[in-house]
Amino acid sequence: MSMWVAILIAAGVAFGLKLAGYLVPADLLTEPHVKRVTAALPIALLAALVAIQTVTGEGGAWTLDARLAAVGVAIVALLFRAPFIVVVVLGAATAALLRLAGWS
Amino acid sequence: MTAGALAPAERRVVVREALSVGIATGAYGISFGALGVASGLDVWQTCALSLLMFTGGSQFAFIGIVSAGLHAAPAAIAASSLLGIRNGLYALELTQLLGVRGVRRVAAAHVTIDESTAVAIAQEDVRASRLGFWLTGLSVFTLWNLTTLVGALAGNALGDPRAWGLDAAASAAFTALLWPRLKNRDAVAIAVVAAVVAVVLAPNTAPGVPVIVAALAAFIAWRGPRRAGPATAPLLPQSETSEAEHRGREQQP
Repeated sequence: MSMWVAILIAAGVAFGLKLAGYLVPADLLTEPHVKRVTAALPIALLAALVAIQTVTGEGGAWTLDARLAAVGVAIVALLFRAPFIVVVVLGAATAALLRLAGWS
Repeated sequence: MTAGALAPAERRVVVREALSVGIATGAYGISFGALGVASGLDVWQTCALSLLMFTGGSQFAFIGIVSAGLHAAPAAIAASSLLGIRNGLYALELTQLLGVRGVRRVAAAHVTIDESTAVAIAQEDVRASRLGFWLTGLSVFTLWNLTTLVGALAGNALGDPRAWGLDAAASAAFTALLWPRLKNRDAVAIAVVAAVVAVVLAPNTAPGVPVIVAALAAFIAWRGPRRAGPATAPLLPQSETSEAEHRGREQQP
């Protein structure tokens, strides 16, 4: 699969999911179990992405480096209700400065 | 009171809310653009994601996983699609409120995201909701795509992404997307289980697979205690970019 094909499939599914909500009968998803699970899905996925992006490296091997410090700084920024862009920039700056100082 | 236009004062409030959310959200398209090229996509592929997928969380997930290489593409598609399910749930809530048909329904679907939904349902008047939805959706769409292009071009000019901490920026971005969703103990438990499962699986599975398997942690919610309150409440994240929600919360003593 080429990158373009992957992008078009993923974008097509994303749009299809949005449109489906306007087309399907609303009572399809009112089952409380289903609602709770679908609300929990983004939490599980994003938490997994944070973990993978932060503590794994080449080939999925566990790697502790400047990224962990960056996430720590990001969490402090979030506790202070910093906007998204500030959190991201602080995260990048933390890692960049640590690496400049000779850390991995 | 359904006929006629909004009073100018009410209109100004909605317009200000919608545009402030649009600008705040649009600004972080820069980070998406820069991370897109850092993860191996070219400028046009990065822009195509913003233009065609247009749902931030899914876009970040897609590039995060596909950065491992093309063999991770199926997992990237699965992760972005799972994250996109919530937009379909927003659409279920919005379909009555917006009353759209035909081409306008297709357009409404494309701009159905966290931010436009949050502004729409925060209004008390149907006309204000519709104005808020369209203005937020279209301003985020416009700015998000422009800033993605700027970020992608800038990211290309930077060179080694690690030296600039762009890999850590991706970690920070996912953390910031997750943060507003950690509203109660169940949510924290789900997040911890998912993170642990993903990290344990990572060394011995193909890229992207740990994230998909970790998504099963969401099924903890299946047996979770039934909470009081409106059934739709947990669906809407309190987006950090949603000025409207912050203001609404501050007004309540």
